[in-house]
Amino acid sequence: MTKRTGINRRKVIKGASALLAMPALFKVTQASAQTPVFKIGYVSPQTGPLAGFAEADGYILSGVRKALAGIKSNGKPVDVTIVAKDSQSSSNRAAEVATELIEKDKVNLLLATGAPDNTNPVADQAELSEVPCVTSISPWQPYFFGRNGDPAKGFKWTYHFFWGLEDVIANYLGVWKQTGLKPGKIGGLFPNDADGNAWGDKERGFAKPLAAAGYSIVDPGRYQVINNDFTAQITAFKEAGCEIVTGNMIPPDFATFWSQAAQQGFKPKVVTIGKALLFPSVIESLGDRGDGLTTEIWWSPSHPFTSSLTGESAKVIADGFTTASGKQWTQPIGFNHALFEVAADVIKRTADLSDSNAVLDAIVKTNLNTVVGPIAWKGQPVKNVVRTPLVGGQWQKINGRSELIITYNGEAPQIPVGGKLKLIG
Amino acid sequence: MDWVNGIVQGVLVGGLFALFATGLSLIFGVMRIVNIAHGDMIIACAYLAFTIIQLSGLHPLVSLLIVIPIASLVGYLLQTAILNRTLGKDILPPLLVTFGLSIIVQNGLLEVYSADSRRLAAGPIETGSFPLARGIDIGYLPLLTFLTAVVVVAGLQFVFYRTEIGRSFRAVSDDPETSQLMGLDNRKVYGLAMALCLAVVAIAGVFLATRSNFDPFMGPSRLIFGFEAVIIGGLGNLWGTLVGGVILGVAQAIGAQIDPGWQLLAGHIAFLVILAIRPEGLFPRGAR
Repeated sequence: MTKRTGINRRKVIKGASALLAMPALFKVTQASAQTPVFKIGYVSPQTGPLAGFAEADGYILSGVRKALAGIKSNGKPVDVTIVAKDSQSSSNRAAEVATELIEKDKVNLLLATGAPDNTNPVADQAELSEVPCVTSISPWQPYFFGRNGDPAKGFKWTYHFFWGLEDVIANYLGVWKQTGLKPGKIGGLFPNDADGNAWGDKERGFAKPLAAAGYSIVDPGRYQVINNDFTAQITAFKEAGCEIVTGNMIPPDFATFWSQAAQQGFKPKVVTIGKALLFPSVIESLGDRGDGLTTEIWWSPSHPFTSSLTGESAKVIADGFTTASGKQWTQPIGFNHALFEVAADVIKRTADLSDSNAVLDAIVKTNLNTVVGPIAWKGQPVKNVVRTPLVGGQWQKINGRSELIITYNGEAPQIPVGGKLKLIG
Repeated sequence: MDWVNGIVQGVLVGGLFALFATGLSLIFGVMRIVNIAHGDMIIACAYLAFTIIQLSGLHPLVSLLIVIPIASLVGYLLQTAILNRTLGKDILPPLLVTFGLSIIVQNGLLEVYSADSRRLAAGPIETGSFPLARGIDIGYLPLLTFLTAVVVVAGLQFVFYRTEIGRSFRAVSDDPETSQLMGLDNRKVYGLAMALCLAVVAIAGVFLATRSNFDPFMGPSRLIFGFEAVIIGGLGNLWGTLVGGVILGVAQAIGAQIDPGWQLLAGHIAFLVILAIRPEGLFPRGAR
């Protein structure tokens, strides 16, 4: 073994770690000088199949960080840091980064968004580690029952705002009533995943409320996601004479079904599908066949709400994203923004920011008008969930561009209708 | 009639599975490596076609004239620059490298194209069909996909057994040491095989992308059927791969007629049954 002089491995490591630690050192001294620090951990699927939900995160966070710069808690200034982590669309990874945020970053509040796969593991970790947590963008049933929530007891540390299955059903029924078609047979396309099983459930899903409204559902059974052949379903719908098709699908499955339906001569008048028709890029990809499809609408620029954090209206926030990215607005933007509205509001009202019980207390007492509607946890439908307003609508080609038009607001009359429903074809 | 229709549509879907699988089969036949990134390469080619169509306004099928040469070139470079270094007695390194490649391709595509779901617009051919009999409509696109699969397999078969390069492919596959002694540059032959594979992958990518939507993470989920088709047909046998694809498509169609929940299961069961009865597949190459 030869010994080299000068720099050796240990020295390099020592020096490097000191160098690395320096900025952190400055930060701590600077912060502890006068203002208390409040850390928000934010988990979203920046990459992976769910990445569409977090597409606008960069835009939202830059606006939120600006607005949080001068925030005061009970009249005293606070240094708010947001630590954003990528869940890679995997529930294992989401749980991992949530633990990291709790253990290493010592966050005071956790936020999570983007489908049950993301919200549930983060909320579970928060509940376990007794860290306050607010989540959104997951229908409340998979969020609450998916985590084995007991409606009588609820959770202590984790709160959620979004709509539920009952809202989707009410809106779909409303949209179908607008079509003027007589109640008849409806084709049901439900995959074998969390959403499909919940929507297609004989007891708690679509079947019962639809039957009550005079419809009967033709449900050939649960198919596996990423399906290449919908011939069996199309044949069944054709035979039953279904004029309406509904379900919950992912975009590639819907595209396959919709092409095969045309190839095999199945021409429904109304197609109302959850999840697949969320993003404008999917509708654009369907070409002319994307025109006239109907779906539920959680948020849009025409929602008459403003942000409590930035004072911007829904329209200003949506337009801002289009200016920043050159892309059409998407529905998750409003909800991801609203998560930070709740966080800011909680910071303002918390008696002692270093005490997680005080933070939780502030969350429980939230009564805030956000860009997605009023948020206050009052025990309905369960202790930890508040439902946000939901409307129904249709994708329509306007000047060659697909626009999501609200046609039915029977469940949330405060949100204005943007146009009239038309039949396909 | 429903059953007949289901089976006919299943056969056509089998063509798509065969297109996925042929490239896999080819690479395994020549180099004995399993390419985990195969599905992602299909998606990458779909994006390549998407870009070319955006720029030039070509029809997806016409865009193949540009996509295939680019894909082949990339395939050749990929093999000679990276994959050749992993070949050896140990089967693990190529497996790991292609696994890594899969992740790199997915996230690279996400960076460039975002998570948006895309599709190649092929016009009236997408939804057009003609009636074969009462209750059986044949879509132009599925039929074209199936015929393309047949042509691709026939073409590859011709290359393998009737041309000089095909003789080199078979030589390096049968005995890499001896073929080298006979003056073949194995690494170059492998490069050409990968180029040919990527040409097929490009075709598969464009057909997949006109049939349904794609996004950067779609590759692996489509890959499983490719693997099954290859194994049902017999490793390295190209006609066998086509038959494997059709068996898989028909089995799934029959399953779906019973209950859509049985669709994939029926395909997997057919696969397991064949694996149990004939572990070497239906038509193993050079059955000894």
